Amino acid sequence: MYTFSNRLKIASFILMAVGVLGIGIGFMAAPSTVEEAKAIVAGHGDGHGDAHAVAESHGDEMGHGDAHDASHDEHLLHQLQNKPWAALYVAAFFFFMIALGVLAFYAIQRAAQAGWSPLLFRVMEGITAYLVPGGIVVFVILALSVAHMNHLFVWMDPEVVAHDALLQGKAGFLNGTFFLIRAAVFLGGWILYREYSRKLSLAQDESNDDSNFKLNFRISAAFLVFYLISESMMSWDWIMSVDPHWFSTLFGWYIFASMFVSGITVIAMVTIYLKSRGYLPDVNDSHIHDLAKFMFGISIFWTYLWFSQFMLIWYSNIPEEVTYYVTRIADFNLPFFGMVAMNFVFPVLLLMNSDFKRVNWFVIMTGIVILAGHYMDIFVAIMPSTVGDQWFIGIPEIGSILFFAGLFIFFVFRALTKAPLQPKRNPFIEESKHFHY
Amino acid sequence: MASKVIHAFYNDDDVLMHAVKKVKAAKHHIEEVYCPFPVHGLDKAMGLAPTRIAITSFMYGCVGLAVAIVMMNYIMIQDWPQDIGGKPSFSYLENMPAFVPIMFELTVFFAAHLMVITFYLRSRLWPFKEAENPDVRTTDDHFLMEIEIHDNEQELKDLLMDTGAVEINITEK
Repeated sequence: MYTFSNRLKIASFILMAVGVLGIGIGFMAAPSTVEEAKAIVAGHGDGHGDAHAVAESHGDEMGHGDAHDASHDEHLLHQLQNKPWAALYVAAFFFFMIALGVLAFYAIQRAAQAGWSPLLFRVMEGITAYLVPGGIVVFVILALSVAHMNHLFVWMDPEVVAHDALLQGKAGFLNGTFFLIRAAVFLGGWILYREYSRKLSLAQDESNDDSNFKLNFRISAAFLVFYLISESMMSWDWIMSVDPHWFSTLFGWYIFASMFVSGITVIAMVTIYLKSRGYLPDVNDSHIHDLAKFMFGISIFWTYLWFSQFMLIWYSNIPEEVTYYVTRIADFNLPFFGMVAMNFVFPVLLLMNSDFKRVNWFVIMTGIVILAGHYMDIFVAIMPSTVGDQWFIGIPEIGSILFFAGLFIFFVFRALTKAPLQPKRNPFIEESKHFHY
Repeated sequence: MASKVIHAFYNDDDVLMHAVKKVKAAKHHIEEVYCPFPVHGLDKAMGLAPTRIAITSFMYGCVGLAVAIVMMNYIMIQDWPQDIGGKPSFSYLENMPAFVPIMFELTVFFAAHLMVITFYLRSRLWPFKEAENPDVRTTDDHFLMEIEIHDNEQELKDLLMDTGAVEINITEK
């Protein structure tokens, strides 16, 4: 049995406390009037002249003409008011998607009847325990958006929709009630599978036949079908709809790749941590090697999708599609291209060597870069349409990361204490113990 | 002096593995082992050095990437920078996304093909090469271990019979 070390527990509480402080400062610093917003921007001294371009590029939401200056100022106010909300949302989604990516990996391992991974099932189940608190937080943020507490989703503003024929056309899908119903269905389905599969997994330890295992195999296969559809729609709802004038067909896959590789990285990191504390005696370097191979392969898969999406839009250069990348390259140049270096070049060069994949500190180091890179991925997906060129990785952003990191660590490691870390009666457990690559 | 070699036949890969370990333990040098299929762990048991072919492949891939970049840069940017459908051909970086499919494919092409050719050269394989198989059964259902004899014929024979060999031949080489 794993015991939650006091030091780690205190560390997670400190992270949460510091995070709450940062989030609070972010909300206090957000302007409540147009005048305050102008003062903040003027106070920075650099004028932010290109805020205008951003306003225009996705600015059909605002009336042009006489009201232009006023609408520009109001736009700026909305961007600055969005900052703490967007920071909170990006971090909340990022840690939630790690748990969801692990859940998908777990279901695949069960459905594929993999022989190497059963030793790690309890680690994966521990990480997916974050689905419940993380999912609730994301849902609450979405519900607050629907309740007009923020301007993260521009299509939720009836004032904007009234002047926007495109959004009126999409209102059948993008309306608050349906949006929340969908979110509830997705979260419900994921959490249901997670809890039921966990229950069967624990029941299998105590039973004297394999019926729980077989049932788990079947529900995992069924879950993967549900997951594929719900994940794709979730990415339209939660990420793509912050930019409701833009659409991309491979977006669901792209977000999936991001969450999948982050999830696998976290499995590797938690496994290495538990192993270093002596809790997983049967996990050997070959298991780490396999996880590192997945990190390597899925990093390339993510890059493939990132590039496919980028290149197709860059190549044809259709105005209605390309604004998405125009704003990102203009205002988010370093994070936009930097994340390609972090998510592709770094893992490819570091994890190509077979020997390096067995060196634990090497996997941890690459894992940290991959996680930071995928945080930037979500950051660059959300920020341009919510805060535009007013983005900055400052107190609200870092505070949100720290808060959710603390929350994640607390719930994951608390769940790990609830059951023995090694499944007892899994039919593949012997193979997994002797797994050798 | 023509050297003599001893050929020990086995009909099971497990027995072969044990035999290899025993012969190694007795400090005899194994010239060669012929198998009808890959036996996992045989190279480790024989103490063969790990292959470096993956390293060569990585270097060939780098060559392929360089060839693609130099070629596309010369043709599309330096030599005749035309406006083709509004693509920016002012610098390589500006038009790079359009070159990435070629850069990728040439990297894979060079890495794969040059590695295969390296494999053929290093393992001396070519179309009209004469087969070096000492016994036809080793391509079907027998395993053969070849050890050179240095005035220790009887000792080696006893050792190999002990390891479960089904047949032992001594041939001039």
